[in-house]
Amino acid sequence: MSRKISYREAMRAAMHEALTNDPRVFLMGEDVGRYGGTYAFSKGFLDEFGPERIRDTPLSELGFVGAGIGAALGGLRPIVEVMTVNFSLLALDQIVNSAALYRHMSGGQFSVPLVIRMATGAGRQLAAQHSHSLEGWYAHIPGIKVLAPATIEDARGMLAPALADPDPVVIFEHAGLFNMEGELPDDWTVGIASAKVRRAGKDVAIITYGGSLPKTLAAAEILAADGVEAEVIDLRVLRPLDTATIAAAVAKCHRVVVVDEGWRSGSLAAEVMARIFENAFWELDAPVVRVCSEEVPIPYAKHLEDAALPQPEKIVAAVKGLFA
Amino acid sequence: MTRKTPVNQKIEHRPPPPPAGPVPWDKDFALQLLLDMLRIRRLEEKAAELYGEGKIRGFLHLYIGEEAVAVGALHALAPEDNVVATYREHGHALVRGMPMQAIMAEMYGKQEGCARGHGGSMHLFDAATRLYGGNAIVGGGLPLATGLALAAKLQGETRLTACFFGDGAVAEGAFHESLNLAALWKLPVLFCCENNLYGMGTAIERAEAQTDLCVKAASYGMPTFAVDGMDIVDVHATMQKAVAKVRKSAGPVFVEFRTYRFRAHSMFDAELYRDKAEVAAWQKCGPLHTFTARLKAKDAKGGKAKLTEKEFLELDKRVQAEVAEAVAFAEAGSWEPVEDLLKDVHTPEGTVTAAPQASTKAGRAKSPAPRSGRRSSKPTSARGRR
Repeated sequence: MSRKISYREAMRAAMHEALTNDPRVFLMGEDVGRYGGTYAFSKGFLDEFGPERIRDTPLSELGFVGAGIGAALGGLRPIVEVMTVNFSLLALDQIVNSAALYRHMSGGQFSVPLVIRMATGAGRQLAAQHSHSLEGWYAHIPGIKVLAPATIEDARGMLAPALADPDPVVIFEHAGLFNMEGELPDDWTVGIASAKVRRAGKDVAIITYGGSLPKTLAAAEILAADGVEAEVIDLRVLRPLDTATIAAAVAKCHRVVVVDEGWRSGSLAAEVMARIFENAFWELDAPVVRVCSEEVPIPYAKHLEDAALPQPEKIVAAVKGLFA
Repeated sequence: MTRKTPVNQKIEHRPPPPPAGPVPWDKDFALQLLLDMLRIRRLEEKAAELYGEGKIRGFLHLYIGEEAVAVGALHALAPEDNVVATYREHGHALVRGMPMQAIMAEMYGKQEGCARGHGGSMHLFDAATRLYGGNAIVGGGLPLATGLALAAKLQGETRLTACFFGDGAVAEGAFHESLNLAALWKLPVLFCCENNLYGMGTAIERAEAQTDLCVKAASYGMPTFAVDGMDIVDVHATMQKAVAKVRKSAGPVFVEFRTYRFRAHSMFDAELYRDKAEVAAWQKCGPLHTFTARLKAKDAKGGKAKLTEKEFLELDKRVQAEVAEAVAFAEAGSWEPVEDLLKDVHTPEGTVTAAPQASTKAGRAKSPAPRSGRRSSKPTSARGRR
């Protein structure tokens, strides 16, 4: 048995459950209350849980993310919603200089059990300042965990273990996924420790995460029609990376494409490739290639935006190049 | 106090008259505060010496000259209150009750230090005395303090959070965002601005269009106090009023302590930005010698002084012995094994974190969820159902 729900409904259900189960949990962010959440993730929460626990904030990303850290230090389990990754740059100091460091810098005295959620990604013609994919930046920082739920199940299930984690967890939700619908089985288990094989194959491993997962799965179907069976790996957990699952896919398929909506230089894709070279070099039959965003501010015009981002056709072309 | 200061104009910071007059406290309390000021002074004098010997490395920011602020202010707090401090926080840690040995060992980088040698001088932390750092990003502590106060409020606790920061932090967005949030949400934060007139080497007049910092805080609708930070009697009295106001209103209060740093910003500072004469003029207001003189003076009725020279020397001897013990402790300390380098990056599973549990309003708190969620897709209204 299963039932069909959207990514949005799954995330909303996860937050509802957390707020219901643990009085220490509260939600704080811009327009999470009266507006119902920028993406309607928290619609109706204000009436149900009240303004103390569904806390609308002013446009003060640095201030309210820092306040979330303080509240976590003070014994609560805040879910801080930053409207988008683009605005999270205003809060970067608190995330990097406080949340990520406090446990180690205090000699293990203070943990920061904080969850920060933010929308990420391009593809909706929102132009350069609303289209960043900076997951790779966050995945660079020791002391935080970085998650990228890209399926209905992960949208439903990643929040609970993130809240149970004693350290800061940053969750990236790709805005292109919010209306995606899918089956949620009655019985599901979601952890935050490993990558997952989303499609089994043997000819090529395509490693991706977040908003690029549906594009990669679409590419895999096109390739299947041409007789190439792609194994699709969803990283899910961007820090710490699950090197073992990556290496196993390389050992199985011997050819690899990495798909990442981040810009190519210094990208998470680059880190994945480095891990492959460190851990599975002798399994490779061809150089690892990647499909990333073009190194340009993401343009508004649809044809240009499409051209700037990873697309199924680009992924297909990259795979075919490995067999040329 | 608003002044138009052309960029190249010479700026003079005239000190207030040196603190004077009778000390309205009983002898025990007066000597306790004198003792604490002495402890900070002697600890830091020794730290400067050890820095010269290479025993203490990295950045070392001395509080010498500003001792009346931490001592007068922190003695107005209750043990259950939270304190957030800056990188110039040796005094705050000491007065709140962190053993001098733990501070010295931390500055040595030894694992017997309060943060196992991970933080050094700028990052003193102590869960036992609720000292949440030791934050070396200017303004970084203010949002944290706001959140600590939010947690206290939501959990029905009466503790307040005292957040110390310098005049330099006032230029940061974090200052404005935090004061706004604390006032908007009526959070029990005591914003304690230690205005020593310089953000590193930049005089406040060259950094702020409005140099009256209380005006800025007042614009967020919170009560403000300004006090001569060289005068421990005024500092303590003002802080008591401010603390009472926070506890009564449960909203934030801002206090500006007008003080002066006698030493360089850090050990790397050549002090090119201020005249020696200015420093010398302010040293006449030095919190230690002026307070000592006031305690040694006979009261108005010609009665007994609260302090004799002999008592002072005994007090100082005690402090010097404490410093010597702290140095010996640090010297005898050990280095954390390199194998443990990555140990505290994440919290080990099963660790009970230092942060206290939420109060169980209506007994609803439950133990944290497991690390993986396993849920039915049916509506999840019943808590704890798997």
